[in-house]
Amino acid sequence: MKLREIQDILDAEVVTGDANLEKEIKYGFAADLLSDVLALGRGSGALTLLITGIIHPQVIYASNIFDLGAIIFVRGKRPTEATLQLAIENQIPLLATPYIMFETCGRLYQHGLRPSIAKVKNG
Amino acid sequence: MTVSDIVNFFGLKIRTGENQLNEEVTGGYASDLLSDVIAHSRKGNIWITIQTHPNIVAVATMKELTAIILTGGREPDPETVQKAEEEGIPILVSPLFTFELAGRLYQTGISGMSPC
Amino acid sequence: MAEAEENIRFHEMFHIEGGNFMNAGAISSRVKKILKEAGFPGKIIRRTSIAAFEAEMNVICYANQGNLSLFITPNFLKVVVEDEGIGIPDVNVAMREGYSTANEKIRELGFGAGMGLSNIKKNTDEMILTSEFRQGTHLEFVIYLSGQDKG
Repeated sequence: MKLREIQDILDAEVVTGDANLEKEIKYGFAADLLSDVLALGRGSGALTLLITGIIHPQVIYASNIFDLGAIIFVRGKRPTEATLQLAIENQIPLLATPYIMFETCGRLYQHGLRPSIAKVKNG
Repeated sequence: MTVSDIVNFFGLKIRTGENQLNEEVTGGYASDLLSDVIAHSRKGNIWITIQTHPNIVAVATMKELTAIILTGGREPDPETVQKAEEEGIPILVSPLFTFELAGRLYQTGISGMSPC
Repeated sequence: MAEAEENIRFHEMFHIEGGNFMNAGAISSRVKKILKEAGFPGKIIRRTSIAAFEAEMNVICYANQGNLSLFITPNFLKVVVEDEGIGIPDVNVAMREGYSTANEKIRELGFGAGMGLSNIKKNTDEMILTSEFRQGTHLEFVIYLSGQDKG
């Protein structure tokens, strides 16, 4: 689905001014902690939306490393100024939704977004 | 829906609290930031996280959460298991990652809270 | 161990500040940019950046400060990470998956699962880890540019 639809589903605000809302997103990954983001090493980054509460620059650096498609902040959080600037430099669209992470994941999953990584190998 | 229903439906493995699964679940809460869970979770919520250290038990007890589900194949620390047994908090584990587990739970009718 | 003295085409050193969690990944992000601009294959870039990221995180979590150096030669990429800090008492124990000495703060931030060093090993072709307890740690890893593909 397009980032534009995600924005609608989640009543989200586009934080990075002229983000490309036509961007195609197929997968979701939810993480509040940077360490978990490393699991994305196995995923297909560019089509992945990172769903997170991390508002610091570390989230942009991590997204860079895995070439993530876009980031959405949950729970009404907003990125810091430094984070915003970095996102603009790196052309990563940032959205923000008032919904909590559980609700955000739920709605996106219901609308067809699939997990970036299915499950741990020995699960 | 009770914790037990969720365990059965999703094939979750039980690490502690086999006898405390009959509570009715009021909603789902996904967060790895303890301060956030303390601030926004509601009594009876089932908590999804990757945090494995003993403080998660203190938080679950404080907020009267029905259970903790660790995702991404994570396992609770031994101290966490011990504490959870003392406090009677069920700890469940899933190989699925947070996004998918929350998504599937949502589809069974468990809701997130209203927007903050 | 592949020798970095061999025909170094590029070399840059970055400083890593211990405890600077908010900017974690800044250095490995720059490493990745360099490799991308140099036109290396995607897999090589991914493996190097992930290994660099884990190494950077270790400095941030456990050391006072450190330096990460990237060397590019015709045959391999080499990353050297030197840090000043508590060091590692027993390197063999530290290499074990799941072994962690993370303190409460690090755990609360979600780190300290004990996977970092083994992740570096998984993503690289050669790895050397040495440490002087209470002084610091020296880590080097190499990724070949052709031939064996660890994937």
